[in-house]
Amino acid sequence: MEINDIYNKLKKAFDDGIGEVKTDVPVSPFIFADRSKINAIALFLRDEESLQFDNLSCLSGVDYDKDNLAVVYHLVSYALKHSLVVKCLIPKSDPKIQTVSDVWAAADWHEREAFDLVGMTFEGHPDLRRILLPDDWEGHPLRKDFKVPEFYNGMKVPY
Amino acid sequence: MGILNKLDNSVEQFESGNIIITSMDKLLNWSRLSSMWQMFFGLACCAIEMMATSASHYDLDRFGIIPRPSPRHVDIILISGTVTLKMATRIKRLYDEMPGPKYILSMGSCSNCGGPYWEHGYHVLKGIDRVIPVDVYVPGCPPRPEALLEGLIKLQEKIRNQSLAKHTA
Ligand code: SF4
Repeated sequence: MEINDIYNKLKKAFDDGIGEVKTDVPVSPFIFADRSKINAIALFLRDEESLQFDNLSCLSGVDYDKDNLAVVYHLVSYALKHSLVVKCLIPKSDPKIQTVSDVWAAADWHEREAFDLVGMTFEGHPDLRRILLPDDWEGHPLRKDFKVPEFYNGMKVPY
Repeated sequence: MGILNKLDNSVEQFESGNIIITSMDKLLNWSRLSSMWQMFFGLACCAIEMMATSASHYDLDRFGIIPRPSPRHVDIILISGTVTLKMATRIKRLYDEMPGPKYILSMGSCSNCGGPYWEHGYHVLKGIDRVIPVDVYVPGCPPRPEALLEGLIKLQEKIRNQSLAKHTA
């Protein structure tokens, strides 16, 4: 199914839970979705007969622009051999988004990674801990405003 | 006798018989440098090169270097790759658990000074010598097996010149 057909289907089912679709981009076309409806949207994408996005191939956290973080979902359907990119913007003032780890189990560790490095909270995630950085690390280093600490546990960090 | 060649010319052998005379220093150094057991421990891309050095073509075993899976058994750690801050705490702990005399060979730019991550690696330790003392540095990204072997031979030289009278390691 092509991106515009998918978009119309989603728009019909979720109305203002779905933002605009961007096709004039140098990367794969993508659809904006509402962060507070993303769990239901994900479930729909997976279970709807004509979509069947059975595989979450990647979930990334992004420091999107001055005011927003984002989560990007790369979806693939093995059954129907089409793919889709969904983005959710998350205001930095309130960095929260629904989890999709109950829809695609692959999201579990991906969400932990996004939380660890970019610092959005996934509400409903069963075990939201840091996954790469040490537990006592402060801050989320892929934020553009992250400052490298002078010391970590007594070890000098900058060169 | 192969041992005699290795112990160098300060060793004397009785003309008939299997008795040699040497100093305690020499004997200790010889046994240490001929069985530098290595920590079963690899870090990043350099570890691949270390494994290649261990494998049959370069054969670390002929220097008496074999990997051991416990810090209680080992004499050297090859720090073979990128040391993250998280890993550095573990390495420090492993180092502290090793019985002396113990030696560290820092392999590759990463463990020497942070390597490609020297500027933007917020999570990378810029040189393992910030945490534990290093005996030999091997430059390269990654060093070829020949370079690693040369580093190990340098370490053997260092051990050969140790003396009980002087505290080293
Ligand atoms: S020095 Fe180069 S090859 Fe070795 S771990 Fe670092 S990046 Fe990899």
